[in-house]
Amino acid sequence: MVAIGITPPAAAADRGLSVGAIRLLTLTGLLAAYQAISSSGLVFEGAMPGLPAIAVALLRQVADPAFYPHLGRTAYEAAAGVAIGASVGVACGVSLGASRFLAAMLDPWIRALAPAPKIIFLPVLILAFGIDAGPKIAMAAISSFFPVAVATFGGMREVRRILVQVVRSFDASTLQLLRIVYLPSIVVPLLGSLRLAVGVALIGALLAEVKMSNKGLGYLIIQDYNAFRTAEMYALLLLVFALALSINAVLRAIGRRYGVP
Amino acid sequence: MRLSGSWASLGLLVVATAALEALSRGGWVSTFVMPPPSETLAAIPGLFLHEGLGYATWVTFQTTLLATTLALLIGVPAGALLARHRRFGQAYEPWLEAAFSAPIILLYPLFLIFFGRSLVTIVVMGFVVGVIPVIIKTREGIVNLRPVFHNLALSLHMSDVQSLIKIILPAALPSIFVGLRLALIYAMINIVAVEFLVGLGGLGYLVADMYDRYDIPSMYSAIVFVVVLSSAFFLVIERSEAWLRSA
Repeated sequence: MVAIGITPPAAAADRGLSVGAIRLLTLTGLLAAYQAISSSGLVFEGAMPGLPAIAVALLRQVADPAFYPHLGRTAYEAAAGVAIGASVGVACGVSLGASRFLAAMLDPWIRALAPAPKIIFLPVLILAFGIDAGPKIAMAAISSFFPVAVATFGGMREVRRILVQVVRSFDASTLQLLRIVYLPSIVVPLLGSLRLAVGVALIGALLAEVKMSNKGLGYLIIQDYNAFRTAEMYALLLLVFALALSINAVLRAIGRRYGVP
Repeated sequence: MRLSGSWASLGLLVVATAALEALSRGGWVSTFVMPPPSETLAAIPGLFLHEGLGYATWVTFQTTLLATTLALLIGVPAGALLARHRRFGQAYEPWLEAAFSAPIILLYPLFLIFFGRSLVTIVVMGFVVGVIPVIIKTREGIVNLRPVFHNLALSLHMSDVQSLIKIILPAALPSIFVGLRLALIYAMINIVAVEFLVGLGGLGYLVADMYDRYDIPSMYSAIVFVVVLSSAFFLVIERSEAWLRSA
């Protein structure tokens, strides 16, 4: 029985396993447990295909030239969505930060809509933009707009009045004020929010593909699900997760360089 | 300032609604793409009476609450354990952060295979995304406590469990509350998404169903309802967090 609680920091250095060893053991343990359950026959084999079957499906998927247009399609939708959503988000955040009236008027709406499940707007987007790439890009754009707008607005509000007054007293124009005072203070929150934005944009595009499409990774996943090709579905999910996590790691590394916590 | 601000937000709503009404009635936008807001409003009573809007809201509310409660019950002890066993905490923390930003919602076909087309799948889906921020924030809150809390527990000769319940968790409560808020939002987003994608359960299902039947005004009302509900949810949790801070 492990007692729950906390030792003071001085005594906290657990002797024994290193961090790397813990990770390696955990990973091996999980994979072994999965394989054991899978081959034990307790669970229907279709639901938990063995690791070798998943590995084969994964290799086959990566070797298949037909896979890459789907990957490109999803990447295109997410990227176009982020480009639109983030630029509108920055513009919105900056305007809200620059005008107290706009902030008072729009901020409650942005805060009310930010935590809403965006997928619910998909039918409207399909009605407005058809069934091709349009609604997926729009979905990604809406998803990425909110974190960027909120973060940019937050950065603008952090600017100290005294700096604004100093620059103003040197007769700086509004554009110069934005460049000298505001821009440096929104870069860090903006970079941090872009990491979130890319993540939710990817999710938005993939979910829209799952619901209705004939191209993209989301489409491939749901096709495999419908045909009950589970090993292929596990392989695709692994690929999508690897993709999302590496993009996230790269953006985090870039952000760290500029001082994003 | 504050008052005039809320008047401005309300005014914006009125102006935007009127503009949409004019666009739709004037034939600038097809009524199949966007019906006049008045028709959307008029569809709400019908949704309540014939389509079970009230019940759908109740189902989504219940599953979200259940998922979040489970996330707290499992996440807080797990976070405390990871804080106590520092090496394990350090080993798993980046994994948890990665999982938090990963597209977990895409795993819903897997959950469908294991738990079937039932509310269980929906609750589990909400729980999985909710438990991650609770673990992260509980661990973070405890690890970042000032040493005086730990020393106090030691000097009072408290057992581990006593110090956890009487000192450590209350001191880490603000951070745990951040985790709870994230859990609630993430659980709700994912639950509505699964409902919508699978056509099962509460409000998400209702929107999908209205769309499939091409009842566009009702679909819009259902969407507005989801947004209002999620905002209300968020407002309640924000208020209680502020109340907790001030207390």
